[in-house]
Amino acid sequence: MNLNQIMTDLSYFIPEMMLTGILLLVILFDLFQKPDTSIRSGYVALGGLILVTIALLGQDVSTSVGIFSNMLAVDPFGNFLKILVTVGTILVMWMSFNSNELKNRRVGEYYTLLLTLVLGMYFLVSATHLLSIYISLEMVSIMSYLLSGYLKEQMRSNEASIKYVVFGAFSSGILLYGFSLLYGLTGSADIFEIQAALSAGTVSPALMMIILVMILVGFGYKIAAVPFHFWTPDVYEGAPAPITAFLSVAPKAAGFAIIIRFFNVALSSAGNPNMEAWTALSNMDWQSVMGILAILSMTVGNVIALQQSNIKRMLAYSSIAHAGYMLLGVVVADQTGIAAVLYYAAVYMLMNLGAFFVAIHIKNEYDTEEIEDYKALGYKAPVLGVIMAIFMFSLTGLPPTGGFVAKFYIFRALIEYGDMYFWLAIIGLINGVISLYYYMRVVKAMYFGKIELPETVHHAPINITVLLCVLAVPLLFAWMLGDPLSIYAQNAVQFFVK
Amino acid sequence: MENHLLSIVTFLPVFGAVIIALIPKEKLDIIRWGAAAITGLQLILAIWILYIFDFSSPEVQLQEHFAWIPAFNIEYFMGIDGLSAPMILLTSLLSFLAVFSSWNIEKAQKGYFALFLLLDAGMMGVFASLDFFLFYIFWEVMLLPMYFLIGIWGGPQREYAAIKFFLYTLFGSVLLLLGMLALYFISEPHTFNMLILAEHSSQFGNALLLGMNAGKVIFILLFIGFAIKVPIFPFHTWLPLAHVEAPTAISVILAGVLLKMGTYGFLRISFPVLKDATLWFALPLAILGLINIIYGAMAALAQRDLKKMVAYSSVSHMGFVLLGMAALTPAGMNGAVFQMFNHGTISAMLFMLVGVLYDRAHHRDIEGFGGIAKVVPIYAGVTALAFFAGLGLPGFSGFISEALCMIGAFPVFTWITIFATIGIVLNAGYFLWAYQRIFMGELNSKYENLEEINNRELFALIPLALITFFLGVYPTPMLNLMSSTLNHLVEAVKTAGMVAGL
Repeated sequence: MNLNQIMTDLSYFIPEMMLTGILLLVILFDLFQKPDTSIRSGYVALGGLILVTIALLGQDVSTSVGIFSNMLAVDPFGNFLKILVTVGTILVMWMSFNSNELKNRRVGEYYTLLLTLVLGMYFLVSATHLLSIYISLEMVSIMSYLLSGYLKEQMRSNEASIKYVVFGAFSSGILLYGFSLLYGLTGSADIFEIQAALSAGTVSPALMMIILVMILVGFGYKIAAVPFHFWTPDVYEGAPAPITAFLSVAPKAAGFAIIIRFFNVALSSAGNPNMEAWTALSNMDWQSVMGILAILSMTVGNVIALQQSNIKRMLAYSSIAHAGYMLLGVVVADQTGIAAVLYYAAVYMLMNLGAFFVAIHIKNEYDTEEIEDYKALGYKAPVLGVIMAIFMFSLTGLPPTGGFVAKFYIFRALIEYGDMYFWLAIIGLINGVISLYYYMRVVKAMYFGKIELPETVHHAPINITVLLCVLAVPLLFAWMLGDPLSIYAQNAVQFFVK
Repeated sequence: MENHLLSIVTFLPVFGAVIIALIPKEKLDIIRWGAAAITGLQLILAIWILYIFDFSSPEVQLQEHFAWIPAFNIEYFMGIDGLSAPMILLTSLLSFLAVFSSWNIEKAQKGYFALFLLLDAGMMGVFASLDFFLFYIFWEVMLLPMYFLIGIWGGPQREYAAIKFFLYTLFGSVLLLLGMLALYFISEPHTFNMLILAEHSSQFGNALLLGMNAGKVIFILLFIGFAIKVPIFPFHTWLPLAHVEAPTAISVILAGVLLKMGTYGFLRISFPVLKDATLWFALPLAILGLINIIYGAMAALAQRDLKKMVAYSSVSHMGFVLLGMAALTPAGMNGAVFQMFNHGTISAMLFMLVGVLYDRAHHRDIEGFGGIAKVVPIYAGVTALAFFAGLGLPGFSGFISEALCMIGAFPVFTWITIFATIGIVLNAGYFLWAYQRIFMGELNSKYENLEEINNRELFALIPLALITFFLGVYPTPMLNLMSSTLNHLVEAVKTAGMVAGL
């Protein structure tokens, strides 16, 4: 690899370099801050991320390329997800500024860790080499462990972090074992060469199945799919609330990105970038396995969520169920299916962040996370109540909210694919009905029951109200606009293929 | 002729809801009269629509087309024919009158009326839309206000009733969604347009879904979705609870309009689009109709709660609709839709009357009254009228429509129709028995000072009573309104059957 090649590759690497620069800047800047002014580092980080978003939006990805000897890919798919996770992070930072949990402590490193995590996600969504996949996955994971244990003096937070580490280390160990088998069989760690070697069809199906399971353990843990979900509720409950919100959307989206890229590029028979549909390698039927994971995730997530009384735990289990819905789109593995997953990830980010943010604000104001204690919130804080209700309806997938449109795309893709996935669609839709019950418990608590009208009405601070409206309003209009987002998602289904 | 009357009628209440939301909550009178004005205006527009509607043509009129989501060929497509026109009239009429039954709502009136208007818009949209996707959106949008209206302003068990209603109907809706998507992908070219789907009817009979005849599978999916709304036995268990717990005006809307959506869905989508499957399912549908008639009436007979009795009478009356339409004869079909309209007006009266009594006595136990006709003669008179209309006495509209359903069904399902007549006897039984226990006999001393029905309540009841009476004597205008469309529908289904050799 000569210098010219490196220079060319670096020109595709500008957003990542910018982010690294900002990361270093924040560390330096924070050195000069006292504990009570360290929030300023957060403002610098936020400003930096906005610049990076602009750079990402301006990046030309019309031709997909592989950079650094095909370690990473720069393509519309990766670009879409980078923007998605960056926007998610910006929203989480905005909420972090208002979090009571993070008040009165040094928060410089909090924002540094968050930025590092973003960088890890950038690599993860564009990784095309087993090494880069593994390293970026670890980068994301380790930052997540640190952030979920950020409230050092709280037992809950420590517990979250430890559980997360133990599960994470175990899963990535298994993933690594799967990768090593793959490397041993194919003689390469480059996913394009792996694809070429595997499609020769000489590897025995049994061995392929072992590899598949091992890889799914590693990736499934990142997206919290059943049965790799056991860490989720405890971590979500114990971590600082903004981090919980963050974990449930951004790293999850990145996890889906690597699943989609890895399975469709490395483990499918078609290697053509303009292919509209991918078929699993003949000796490895990963679509069926993933279909089973999807059913398990939806059903287990929803059924356990029914019994939760703590809002963070409830949202944790519901996020497992949502991973199941998104997996349905991955199963379809064609243009519409993957576009539906991308769309779902974006809408899910809006509604889930929104629900968590309301929960954070309630925790700040009323010091409770119990759903029961949301009693009469719709009257005590009317604006907050309406917005929360919108998030709940959207999470259930009721029209006319964005959640419905997202589910509609997923099920449309399933049914379009043909007869074989009709059952999956039925199970998925019935799961939506189950989820209605626990989402409505929140609405019920807010509006129903004996009401004593409060004397004064609580209004959230203006910046929180604006933030929540930024999240809620697009959900209400998603169906009306004929959807620029869905077109954008459609165009983003383009991978770099050697 | 392109105009936007239907859109205006549909979205006027949404506009009204926004206005109401902006009024300060202390200005109670402005809120109430505002809601009355909006629904009143809607009623006038609905009458205007009927006025310019061409009765003689089976064509869809007042069409509005607008490419909504072109990528999926989803249209904003509104239009009415002889099937939807009576429903639009019914919806606007009951919405207007129900505002007056809501006058005594005690808490959070502003939210109540805003949600009520949203509900109104959803119902109107269901009847006016001809694109399946649009239809589905309206169908679902209705659920949200309904959930709140029952859950916040309902009776003691309101929370349970609200979630049960919501879960049941959402379960039905998701099956509807599946059926809708299956129709979309089987039709070539892919479309949600109901009229085009109906033209391509034969495609569904020839395709396969889950290894079975696609038409039949989709019919069953849609059937469950609609049956929950009707409700058809055994999907009816949400109904008594929701109707009893809902506030009076909402019970009126539930019984008067929402139940009709189920049968409307059959006639609008299942019958014309899945003609072969309709013929295949006609007999089961008739049997289910019979079960509804008998079971509903028996259950009503056993009730002590007056409102529950009225709720079960709805189950029984909707059975006639099913029987009439399953027969697929012109008389049966016209009878079915006419019965939908009549049940709308009659059950609305019944629920309003129950509400009047409950407002005063604060209970609804049939056994807990006695002889109150002496104290409240006007109320007793109006109730007698409504009960007679309910039991299908000649001279009231219910008689005509039930008779038409029977006449239409007799040649096709002779034995079923004969058994169905038992239902009529039972109907008369529970209405008269309840009347006797409440109004006749020794006066219960607790109710010596029972307050007479007031003018506002009468104002809501009298138009309905007049309509019931008028259509009972002279049903021709209503039958003219719908017959050309419905005869056309019967013809189309029968022809498809002959082609298929059934």
